This record gives sequence, structure tokens and C-alpha cells, in this order.
Amino acid sequence: MSQTATKPVPVPDEVSAPFFDGAREGRLMLQHCAACEKWSFPVRERCPHCMGAKLAWRAASGRGTLYTFAIMHQVMNPGFAADVPYNVSQIDLDEGVRMVCNIVGLANDALRIGMAVEAVFEDVGDGVSIPKFRPVTG
Amino acid sequence: MANTSKGAIVGLGVTPMGRIYGRRAVDFAAEAIALALEDAGLQKSDVDGLLINANIPNDMLPGAQMTLGLENLTLMNVMSAYGSTGGSMMQYACMAIREGLATTVVLVYADAPLTPSRGAGQSYAGPHRFPLGGMTGLKAAYGDFGANLGYAMAAQRHMHLYGTTEDQLGTIAVGQRQWAQMSPWAQMKAPMTMADHHASRWIAEPLRLFDCCLVSNGAVAIIVTSVERARDLKQPPVHVLGYAQCAPGDNASTARHPGVETGAKRSGEAAFRMAGITRADIGSCQLYDCYTYTVLVTLEDYGFCAKGEGGPFVADGKLAPGGALPTNTGGGQLSGYYMWSFTPMSEAIVQARGQGGARQVANNDFILVSGNGGILNYHSTLIFSPHAGG
Ligand SMILES: [Zn+2]
Repeated sequence: MSQTATKPVPVPDEVSAPFFDGAREGRLMLQHCAACEKWSFPVRERCPHCMGAKLAWRAASGRGTLYTFAIMHQVMNPGFAADVPYNVSQIDLDEGVRMVCNIVGLANDALRIGMAVEAVFEDVGDGVSIPKFRPVTG
Repeated sequence: MANTSKGAIVGLGVTPMGRIYGRRAVDFAAEAIALALEDAGLQKSDVDGLLINANIPNDMLPGAQMTLGLENLTLMNVMSAYGSTGGSMMQYACMAIREGLATTVVLVYADAPLTPSRGAGQSYAGPHRFPLGGMTGLKAAYGDFGANLGYAMAAQRHMHLYGTTEDQLGTIAVGQRQWAQMSPWAQMKAPMTMADHHASRWIAEPLRLFDCCLVSNGAVAIIVTSVERARDLKQPPVHVLGYAQCAPGDNASTARHPGVETGAKRSGEAAFRMAGITRADIGSCQLYDCYTYTVLVTLEDYGFCAKGEGGPFVADGKLAPGGALPTNTGGGQLSGYYMWSFTPMSEAIVQARGQGGARQVANNDFILVSGNGGILNYHSTLIFSPHAGG
């Protein structure tokens, strides 16, 4: 019964669908509050800053800096068996929200807190894409 | 002189811990409650309050009351703020007793995630426990499973900002293993050197296996009553002199620095104020230690040293046997048993009673107890004492 295990693919739900739709089109879509003009993440129904209910989807810059990271050595899901050790990182986006993701295009030992990064988008199957980040070059 | 006691702990029950298979969490809970009643010299019918620590899904739900056979309760709830919950349960029990809602409150934590076929990490945070919808699925797609990564990222940030080292984290693990060797309840008693720590496998770099807590099947129950009623019971009462909580907020806002600044600061200050003592009065700490790093950052936020100096502070071994600030004297969750904040609370009770045997601390007048949940999201503080204060 064992075959090559696949990574878990997120299932967009009603509230998160625009985030995943944006990723498929190569844009980092985040929620922005019409009332207090602040950004929020993770995706939710209502603004965590002012509790306003009018959250609009806007394309974010996709730029940020590496706040921190860790290198995962455990295989908690068989889909990641070929990936360990892999990084899980927190990005401080220019919009003022912090996002957990992976940094790509860089060896684990080259990761540096504070480095500038930008979003790239990866097709993870089932018609779903997710943002990842790579170092900004030049 | 400290302020007066807010409530008294009169019973403690700790079941065998570890790879004990084939039993439900609620059965461990029943055993722990029976042990605590016997310890206190109370009957099941004396119990009129029950606070259950909710867990990553198991059978510690409201229906556990019926399974446990507890009747006519005037205080009953299941509570959750992850690893800080036990400390909060203690606070609510003391308040409820003083308000007259109940006289004799059982607090209980139980879990049984370990099975023979899965490793500890998989048992605790494997994919069988996580669905894939929306943002939860996004985390899974990044390979972000369980708490190990969150704490590893916090430790990495601390290392970056303050130069904290692997040796400094290792000192905490080695010291707690020394304590565990003196505790009859501890799961891990094999000697550990710094070299052993550094040779243990990476879990989530910068954290190694020996920086991470155990996973335990087992239960702890604690019985709380009024200061007056405690005088007539079997055990020397342990008084709760001060308590507080702090939940600072979302880790996802760049306005905050959640990995390196925790709720311990505000919670600790408030608990000291309530108890009418200062940090200098503390003779021993029982700190929530899901990871070595948690101990280090909690000591900083409680003000034992300045922010960023936790590494040098612990490096001289002051937390270990013979040190100036005996901490996690039962081995904690790194080497003792993983019962969330019931691990530090249970050891603090033993120490406050003076029943620690070979590991008994010399100064048990004021014992500082912490709970911590989420990725350093929820914090509870308690101050225990053998003295009623006032
Ligand atoms: Zn708003």
C-alpha cells in the first residue's frame, strides 16, 4: 500500500479562498481593514485591530525580512521525508504582519535573520498554489 | 511578612508516568484523584468542585465527571489555555472557594497519547491530529507541525539577538536530569552530560532532543480547599499566596516580539504583588519547561536577570542540585513527566510540604510556579508557601 507520500495540500475554505486564488495568480493577497487601514494575517473574518467586519482583499508587496527560522529534522508527515532538514521561517512583511512559511533558493546554513526576502509562488497540486519566500537579489 | 493565603492545597495524586499502554486518559485521571483523596484523607463524597484540564483531543471532556463518578458538584468545568491552564485552574479554584461556590475542588490533568506503534513526537503532534482546511492546511503545507518548530524559532531569535548558546540551553537540560535522578516519579533517570546533550539528535534546530520535553501517559490530581478547612486534614497545607495570568496576544503582529518577550513579565509582577513578596524571597522555581529555552526566557521575564542575559545567568549551574536557585527539582517536563502545568505544580507541592527527600530544597518558604501555553502565548504564575502569611 505504500507509495511515494505526497505533502498535505491545503483545502481553501470560504474565508481563505481569495488568498489561495491570489497565490495561483502569483499575488500575495492579504486582508486590509477599511475602517482602521491595517493589514492582518492569518486570514479571518473580522479585523483583529478594530473588530471591524469590512476586510477587503488587497495585493501585498510580497516583500519582507526574515524574523526567525528553524531547521526541521523530524518527519512529522511522510510527505516531508525527502525534505528534511528543511526550514520553517517567519517573515515580517512590509505590511506589518508576520507570516510562517518556507524560504526557498537558499541552503539552510545561509539563512540569516534580517535578510530581505520576496514572495514566490509554488503549485502544490490539486490546483492549489502557496506563497514561499526567496532572498531578494540585487 | 507575606500577604495572607488565598487557598490551600491539601491533596496530591501522581500516577505512574510514561509508556504505560492500554488505558484511557480518564482512567489515569480516576487513579490520580483516588491517590489525591487518600493523600488528603478525604472521601470522594467530600468533593464538590471539579476543574478538568482540556487537552489536545482526548477524553478529558465534561463527560469525564460521570466516568469519574463525581456527584452533586457545585463547580464544574473543562478549561483550556494549553500548558498554562493548570495555573489558571488553581486561581479559579481559590477564588471559587473564597466566594463560597465550593469547598473542596479537584483539579485534574490526564493524557494518554503514547501508543506502542508511534514515536513520542508522532503520538503528540502527528498528521492524524491536524486537518487541512484553510490556514491550518497552509501551515501543514509548509511542514509546520507541532510546537517544536515554534519554540525553535523563538530560541533562534533569542540566540540571534543576545548570543545565547547551545551550551547554555544544555546546562538547563543537564541540571534537570540531575534532579530527576532523585525523584521517584521521573521517567528519565539515566545520567546526562553536556556531551550527551550535544550528541542528541536535532529535533528542530536549534533545539535537540534533550532540549525538548517528554511525552507522558499518566495523570496528576490536586485538591484545593479553604485555609480554615486545611488545618484539620492529613497533610501539611500548601498555601497559595499569589497568582496572576498574562496572555499578550497574537504572534503574527510585527509590533510584538513574542518569541523573546512573554507574558511571564506582567504575570510575575502581579503575582509577587499579590503575595506581598519580592523576587529575592524566592527560594526555588518550578518553571514550565516544554523546552530548555522556555526556562531561560521565563527566568528573564520574571526578572531574575535582564532581558537577554538568561544564557549567562543559567550557565553556572545555579538551577541544578547544589545551585543558588534550585529549579525544576523533580526533573521538570524535560526529564520528569509531561503533565503541562501540573508538572511544576506537583513538584512545588512536594517541596512546600518538605517531602522532597534527597531533592528537598533548603529554602522552601516561597516557591515560584509557572505555566505556559501555546507558543509562549499564555502564561500563569503561582506562588506557593508552607506558611499561611498574614
Ligand atoms: Zn480594523
